[in-house]
Amino acid sequence: MAYSPIVMDHFKNPRNVGEIISADGVGEVGNPVCGDMMNVYIKVENDRLVDVKFKTFGCGAAIAVSSMITEMARGKTLQEAMKITNADVAEALGGLPPNKLHCSNLGADALHSAIKNYLDRKAGKVPAEVDLDKEPHHKQREGCYCPYCQKQVEEESPMCIFCGKEIPHEHDH
Amino acid sequence: MGVIYFDHLAATPLHPRVKEAMTHHIETVYGNPATDNQVGQPAAQALEEARVRVAALINADPKEVVFNSGGTESVNHALKGIAIGLREKGRHIITSNIEHKSVLNSLRTLRLLDYRVTSLDVDQYGLVDPAAVEKAITPETILISIMLGNNEIGTIEPVADIAKIAKKHKVMMHSDAVAAAGIIPVDVQDLGVNLLSLAANQFYGPPGVGALYVRKGTPLWPLLDGGLQENKRRAGTENLIGIVGMGMAAEMARLEMPQRLPRLKALKDRLAQGIKDSIPEIKINGHPTQCLPHLFSVSVEYIEGESLVMMLDDEGIIVATRSACASGSLRASHVLIGTGLGHALAQGTLVFTLGVDNTEADIDKVLNVMPNIVQTLREMSPLYKKEHTA
Repeated sequence: MAYSPIVMDHFKNPRNVGEIISADGVGEVGNPVCGDMMNVYIKVENDRLVDVKFKTFGCGAAIAVSSMITEMARGKTLQEAMKITNADVAEALGGLPPNKLHCSNLGADALHSAIKNYLDRKAGKVPAEVDLDKEPHHKQREGCYCPYCQKQVEEESPMCIFCGKEIPHEHDH
Repeated sequence: MGVIYFDHLAATPLHPRVKEAMTHHIETVYGNPATDNQVGQPAAQALEEARVRVAALINADPKEVVFNSGGTESVNHALKGIAIGLREKGRHIITSNIEHKSVLNSLRTLRLLDYRVTSLDVDQYGLVDPAAVEKAITPETILISIMLGNNEIGTIEPVADIAKIAKKHKVMMHSDAVAAAGIIPVDVQDLGVNLLSLAANQFYGPPGVGALYVRKGTPLWPLLDGGLQENKRRAGTENLIGIVGMGMAAEMARLEMPQRLPRLKALKDRLAQGIKDSIPEIKINGHPTQCLPHLFSVSVEYIEGESLVMMLDDEGIIVATRSACASGSLRASHVLIGTGLGHALAQGTLVFTLGVDNTEADIDKVLNVMPNIVQTLREMSPLYKKEHTA
């Protein structure tokens, strides 16, 4: 758990926790199977995010990421907010441990999903109630595969016995 | 503020007598036990003294104790050593779905070498059914490996019953007793196993040293090849400083166990009862009675374990989690999933392992702060709201 001081601060004192009653857009990414699940609620006035809140099930990194994205997005126009990336959030947090970059860094995804939900609602594409049963963030294939030669390998293998390449740790996910 | 430590499965502080014995050894002995001279002689003596002590802890003959680098090596040696030793007899091994990773991954290697593995399901308490073991035995079966005390949920497996079945079918039996040895009475004669793994850092000895019990006549090939150390079972100059520490830790565990056991059990009961009374919507894992006396595993609905651990850490309380997030592999615990727990609930699992230095005040501190922490995290969780407005 080598978290930066900024991560620790946002984890211990998360900003903008909660739900916005009658939000203009709701975004949800991740699922508890993967370890993290993030909901972002937005309030929009004149194409500007006047309020952003979150609810998150997840580790310290996921909570800090959620808190940070709400801070970064508040007051921004929708266009500006759509430009925020997951990497921007990680950078603003003073970095995240490598294995957390993959699973917990869903803040920008959740925000973009909320904005899309708002735009879709405006266009009359979806009912105001958000569909929470969207496809999960991570599609999991049965078993573990070598990222280089695609052959099925044993779980948590340090290397591929077919092509000889070292298998990166993150691949376990 | 002092730290309140509930992660004795990860590491135990050295027993003062262990520290003393190791320090004395460092100051007085440097010889190699394999050398027959006046410098080597005291080393050989210290090695054999430690062997006698470890043997006494598990009621073995000292000749049946093989020192090594810890629990993981013991398990690797037992599984791979039998696989090689009996390769002409068969290539089938039976185990359970909730074994330690050293077992799972040793078997992964053996699968690559064309051994076949049957991994048995467990019930909701994590118990292996001896009848299922017997049913899985084929003429090709050479080894059964079932752990004694589970390191995540504490369930104590019916190893003696399974060993009887193994003996009846002339199959070798190994038990990974790393989480149990030195904590509860372990008697290799009562258990009837051929091989048993143990590690010093579970009972106030140093890390990096362990032992494999090898019953006389067991066809075990070495894992480390080289010289004739450890009765030709484990080559390489011994980690004698560690071994001396392990010997003293075994001696103290054997002598102090009658006092340690009821204390640990009372503390665990206080913790379990207090958490049950103060936190709704939890699940206590493992068998209610057939369980390690120092291990308490609890899954908390709607929240994730790592954030819970971090908030407890902030209060000076050290405890382990089995959430995917906190594990290197980012996967939910195979043990909890094996007992039928859902992924979301498995994510919210804490494992408290108590030690001889813990007090009632330590437990009360947990009971004092944990309900509020759980509530804070639940208020933050989208799952909590969903369940409660549905």
